[in-house]
Amino acid sequence: MAEVRLHGVTKSFGATTALQEMSITVPDGSFVVLLGPTGAGKTTLLRMVSGLDKPDMGEVFIGGQPVRGLTPAQRNVAMVFQQYSLYPHLTVRENMEFPLKSPLLRTPRAEITRKVAEVAEVLQISHKLENKATALSGGEMQRVSIGRALVRNPAVYLMDEPLSSLDAKLRADLRIELKNIQANLGATFLYVTHDQVEAMTMATHVGVLDHGRLVQFGTPREIYENPVSIYAAGRLGQPHINILPADLFGPAPPAATKIGLRPEQIRQGEGQDSLVKRVEHLGDQTRLHLSFNHHDLITVTDAHTTLQAGDIVKIQPQHPFYFDATGARIL
Amino acid sequence: MSFSITEPSNRQKWIAGILVIGYAILTLIPLIWIIATGFKTPSDAIAYPPKLLFTPSLEGYVNLFTSRTRLAPEDLAALGDPTTWYDKIVRSYDMVITGPSRYGERFMNSVVIGFGSTFLSVFLGTIAAYAFSRFKVPLKDDLLFFILSTRMMPPIAVAIPIFLMYRELGLSDTRLGMILLYTAVNLSLSVWLLKGFIDEIPVEYEEAALIDGYTRFQAFYKVVLPQAATGIASTAIFCLIFAWNEYAFAALLTSGTAQTAPPFIPTIIGAGGKDWPAVAAGATLFLVPIMVFTILLRKHLLRGITFGAVRK
Repeated sequence: MAEVRLHGVTKSFGATTALQEMSITVPDGSFVVLLGPTGAGKTTLLRMVSGLDKPDMGEVFIGGQPVRGLTPAQRNVAMVFQQYSLYPHLTVRENMEFPLKSPLLRTPRAEITRKVAEVAEVLQISHKLENKATALSGGEMQRVSIGRALVRNPAVYLMDEPLSSLDAKLRADLRIELKNIQANLGATFLYVTHDQVEAMTMATHVGVLDHGRLVQFGTPREIYENPVSIYAAGRLGQPHINILPADLFGPAPPAATKIGLRPEQIRQGEGQDSLVKRVEHLGDQTRLHLSFNHHDLITVTDAHTTLQAGDIVKIQPQHPFYFDATGARIL
Repeated sequence: MSFSITEPSNRQKWIAGILVIGYAILTLIPLIWIIATGFKTPSDAIAYPPKLLFTPSLEGYVNLFTSRTRLAPEDLAALGDPTTWYDKIVRSYDMVITGPSRYGERFMNSVVIGFGSTFLSVFLGTIAAYAFSRFKVPLKDDLLFFILSTRMMPPIAVAIPIFLMYRELGLSDTRLGMILLYTAVNLSLSVWLLKGFIDEIPVEYEEAALIDGYTRFQAFYKVVLPQAATGIASTAIFCLIFAWNEYAFAALLTSGTAQTAPPFIPTIIGAGGKDWPAVAAGATLFLVPIMVFTILLRKHLLRGITFGAVRK
């Protein structure tokens, strides 16, 4: 296991800049989740670390050593791709054995069998080991793909939305499993996801990426409770943070143009009237779609609320975020 | 593209079936005729109206593989009774076997040249196609067009320059020369076909293999090649069929040591009367290797012919 560090890494594909002077440190044994919309540079960052693409500028360090010029094999990284990339001509077992049999590792036979059995057990694919890789369901393929990474003991695990194609139950199981593996092995993970639950539950650190730049790096709670910008605030939170004109509820700090309100920053039962437009019962929570002063906002209320569309609810901001015209947070 | 998913009616199925069977029979007639003629006696072979039912004879095959000479009756009598079944057939025409014919050698030339050039075309084609598919090659499109452009005229159009060039280089009438020639002609086909197949293999597989600790060549060998097997097999069939059947260059550039079977078979006609059964026997045997090769690879061939149309 090792620390991974990027220093001033820039990468362009034609006219598009995927990474702009990206500097980030993934501490040894940490679980770093990268957040950002499509095109923010998350996958490119993983490919820089893996060695599949080379930076135009800047340097990547794994375990303190610059890895410029090293092949992916020499970097000793494991990667799970977004699209399952199982070798279709091999069985599940052969797929999982593949990295162990590489000229790099040359694992003894007994060790291979033991490792594969162990990981297959964890991923619940033991009964599929002799199947052809192409005879699996999408979820099973993705588990094998994760398994192929987990049989190894690399410097860093790189995972590109590994759970996105799985159903909810399996995703929840694997989330816990991956987190356990990471905690037990003390492994370093660099993990790309869109899923906020994954980010909040698994990450020791979250990196927020915007157009190839790292805009915020910190623990998931820091990012959630202390976002540096509207953009960073928008990465986490279900429902999405409400962004409204700063003076909608009354006086705001001088430079502020926007106010940001997460559901827990909206106090209900006090303040000014708002109209309930729709009530969504999600089971464990209920979402209220409100109209306040011709602006729509969404908040969460008691799961067993008796509110209905057309009712009036009083609301008032509580410790809101204020943002300036550029979207940066005003403290 | 949309396809009708309505089940055809029984009537439509019957019509389709009859058409397919009719077409199959039509295309098989020459083949059946050739195979049948190979087992006829020379007189049966030229009988008019053609004999559909006849007593099978191996005379054509005996004549194909042997050189014979006619002897005076008293010399024949002095030889005593024929000792083998093929002696017997030959003696009935007052002839004796003087040795093997050239067919065996010519056939072996065809095998060596056909399979040799197929192997070379597919081997070089795969490597080139992989490079064109995966690497940044300067002037890639122009190079690919140039490679294809070598097919834009019939190869025989350059027969005379090649003839002169081969004579100067000492490649005339050599197996190596023919292998190189057929490889050169087939290479553009194989590069283009194989590039299509390799383009279809997602690059992620190789990337996964690179990360799994393999070098690029190992990734190519262990991951790309097995998945390109279908494409390689069908390309090999196309290359072999061309090299195997090629007549014009073979007739022009080979006469002795490296002569292949196609220009040799017609020469049988001249040797002592029109020996159609021997010609037919030569043609029948000549079909066998390519038939076996195609049958062995046929499951790949179907997928190969429809490649691009079927998404995995």
